[in-house]
Amino acid sequence: MVLSNNYIISTLQMSKEEKKVKRRDFLFTASYVVGAVGIGAVIWPMIDQMNPDKAQKALATTEVDISQIEPGKSITVLWRGKPVFLKRRTPEEIQEARAVSLDDLPDPQKDEERVKEGKDEWLVMLGVCTHLGCVPLKDKGDYNGWFCPCHGSHYDVSGRVRKGPAPTNMEIPKFEFVDNNTIKIG
Amino acid sequence: MKKFNLIINKIIIILFLTIVSSQSAEMTDPIKVDWSFKGITGKFDRASLQRGFQVYKEVCSSCHSMQYLSYRNLGEPGGPEFTEAEVKAIAASFEVTDGPDNQGEMFTRPGRPSDMFVSPHPNKEAAAAANGGAYPPDMSVLVKARKGGANYIYSVLVGYEEPPTGVKLDQGVYYNKYMIGNKIKMPNNLEDGLVEYADGTESTVEQMAKDVTTFLAWAAEPELEERHKTGVKVIIYLVLLTILVYLSMKKIWSRVDSEK
Amino acid sequence: MSEHEYVPKSKAAKWFNDRLPLLTLGAHLTDYPTPKNLNYWWTFGGILTFCLITQIVTGIVLAMHYVAHADLAFGSVEHIMRNVNYGWLIRYIHSNGASMFFLAVYIHIFRSLFYGSYKSPREIIWILGLLIYLLMMAAAFLGYVLPWGQMSFWGATVITNLFSAIPLVGDSITTWLWGAYSVDNPTLNRFFSLHYLFPFLILGLVVLHIWALHIPGNNNPVGIDIKKPSKDTVPFHPYITIKDAFALLMFMIIFAGFVFFSPNVLGHSDNYIPANPLVTPAHIVPEWYLLPFYAILRSVPDKLGGVILMFSAIFILFVLPWLDTSKVRSAVFRPIYRQFFWILVIDVLMLGYVGAMPAEGVYLALARVGTIYYFLHFIVVLPVVGLLEKTDPIPMSISEPVITGGAEPSLARKINEKV
Repeated sequence: MVLSNNYIISTLQMSKEEKKVKRRDFLFTASYVVGAVGIGAVIWPMIDQMNPDKAQKALATTEVDISQIEPGKSITVLWRGKPVFLKRRTPEEIQEARAVSLDDLPDPQKDEERVKEGKDEWLVMLGVCTHLGCVPLKDKGDYNGWFCPCHGSHYDVSGRVRKGPAPTNMEIPKFEFVDNNTIKIG
Repeated sequence: MKKFNLIINKIIIILFLTIVSSQSAEMTDPIKVDWSFKGITGKFDRASLQRGFQVYKEVCSSCHSMQYLSYRNLGEPGGPEFTEAEVKAIAASFEVTDGPDNQGEMFTRPGRPSDMFVSPHPNKEAAAAANGGAYPPDMSVLVKARKGGANYIYSVLVGYEEPPTGVKLDQGVYYNKYMIGNKIKMPNNLEDGLVEYADGTESTVEQMAKDVTTFLAWAAEPELEERHKTGVKVIIYLVLLTILVYLSMKKIWSRVDSEK
Repeated sequence: MSEHEYVPKSKAAKWFNDRLPLLTLGAHLTDYPTPKNLNYWWTFGGILTFCLITQIVTGIVLAMHYVAHADLAFGSVEHIMRNVNYGWLIRYIHSNGASMFFLAVYIHIFRSLFYGSYKSPREIIWILGLLIYLLMMAAAFLGYVLPWGQMSFWGATVITNLFSAIPLVGDSITTWLWGAYSVDNPTLNRFFSLHYLFPFLILGLVVLHIWALHIPGNNNPVGIDIKKPSKDTVPFHPYITIKDAFALLMFMIIFAGFVFFSPNVLGHSDNYIPANPLVTPAHIVPEWYLLPFYAILRSVPDKLGGVILMFSAIFILFVLPWLDTSKVRSAVFRPIYRQFFWILVIDVLMLGYVGAMPAEGVYLALARVGTIYYFLHFIVVLPVVGLLEKTDPIPMSISEPVITGGAEPSLARKINEKV
């Protein structure tokens, strides 16, 4: 402690060396700043390594053969580790979905917006409840659609939430018709 | 004390030299090639990588697998950098086994960029059986798995010779002066003009060996260019910070040193 | 020491510090009086702390992607190298980090040998350090097995077979270590578990090592006891921290050189060949940092004898503080010991060199000479030289390194008290 006291006294006496002190301050600040930048640059790889890796990112698409699905039936396929419902709807089901008034929906969305034009019978939808991620059961619930057993959310035949804690409709992934019998998801 | 150290140093050097010179000359030292990817700023020769892939596809891939590579790698930065369309076409030219389908059957389909390189044989045993009992090693990390690296691979590819008199070779064994023990079970597959390069480069044995070795070097170390680039930046940064810290240290210690 | 006076300024800080004196600890570490004449050989403690933290952080990250299964381990390492974001960087830091860790620890150990840092009252620090070193070797060996390449597999086979040299129960112990009848998937699995455990044991021992250090305080190049705090000491921060930071940065430049420009030069190319229980590589060599012990092992033509001698080479260091009879710590003032110190350095380097060579002919002869000398140094040279050596005059304090006449500790103390 003797030392640092000496130091304080000596710096007080060295008024003519104020410039030197300033340079010293600059030096210390610069060292800290440059050091901090380096630490930041080292932390990023440690965080980014937990993001999806290159192989995961490359597996973004799945092709599905839909030729075997009868009207009124649905299949479930895996895409990015999640279930995707592919339902071939009957004309009655489509009619039912379109007859619903938007005012009755917690998350208003027309059925037309949820299917591809001209392929109205095909509902392709991420089979994940928007509440907390469970997989809803088909042909259950009060609206002839899906019912999530975890916390009781009801979805209609267009996959729109009608009742329960789920905040939004089930998500429509990016997909396209490769030909009449094949859908490419992603 | 110093004299003593000198004497010991001399003894060590002499021992070292005798040891080095006495090592058995079973194999010739590999040819030293001036690779573009050597050194701290080394990069792969893009055209050579693309040609090398062609040699791999047309020659090597009938026996050797590269199971840790995937077709998308061919389009990634730092590699052959084929265009997206080219990568898709390359992938689609391979038949990939997929499945099981709804009936539980495996089926084949054209490859996609996300698929791994298709292996010529379903497993190691099948590969060995098809090649006279010698398993053609997987080439994904071959350059890293051989002492001498790219130089060694290149040398073996161009090192086939008639066996010297007195050397007896069994059926299916070939003489190669760079191979350890000089005996190799892989026949000499390269001959001038074997592949027709799209870019018009003359396909001599040396050229093909060089190209395919470059390709294998990239396959083993696809991160090489990024590593070199990052490394240069990191070293520059560290030197800068070291200088700053050194000056700070001098300032801080001047308080103590001035007391003397 | 100054921490007894430490009182936090704010009320909240005082409230907290009364219940858990972390702030007192912080103040102790900051103000800790350190000899002002420490040279750069003393910066390796800080460098080693950096190495340990680096290995732990990168190791935890790698464990998020690695698969400890005989069929998948090799592929998962390739997956890390090719697909994981910055995976190649993290793995190369980890694999080269092990080598850098050992480089630093060897310098740290030889510094201690040169300046007599293992002598009273620092025996416990020394022994804790040796335990850390033992665990480091175990952790490094276990980690080297994980990529499941040819060297991993055969290294594991050779090292675990050392235990089969134990009479009567050796084979049972080896089988128990394997969990199978050879090195196999169960072995890999438990090695991964232990490899994850050991660094945290090391961390615990490091805390004890530093704790034990802070009781007597640092030794110093002159090797004399100093009064603390005094004219001979400086507060740890900023004086020692900035010096450690400078040395660490120099060390990191070398480290980065390996990681970015020759990441595999310290490894063995055979480890990029997947493990094959049917074929042993032509030359099985451990990593460079274990080579001297490997040379000692192979210098004995008897299985059990070799194993005993190899372990003795490490365990003899535990009694080193009591083998060295000299009252003077630092080799600076021990002209005879100083020469033997350098001979020992050369001897260990030579053992390392012959450890990498085939065990035949001239190498075997050298290994035997080197092994005998290694033990002679500790069993004969140290006790005898300590008794017979005429040491140089020792200064009374760090501040006055040049004095005439012999050491007079009582006089030194008087002068120190005046300061």
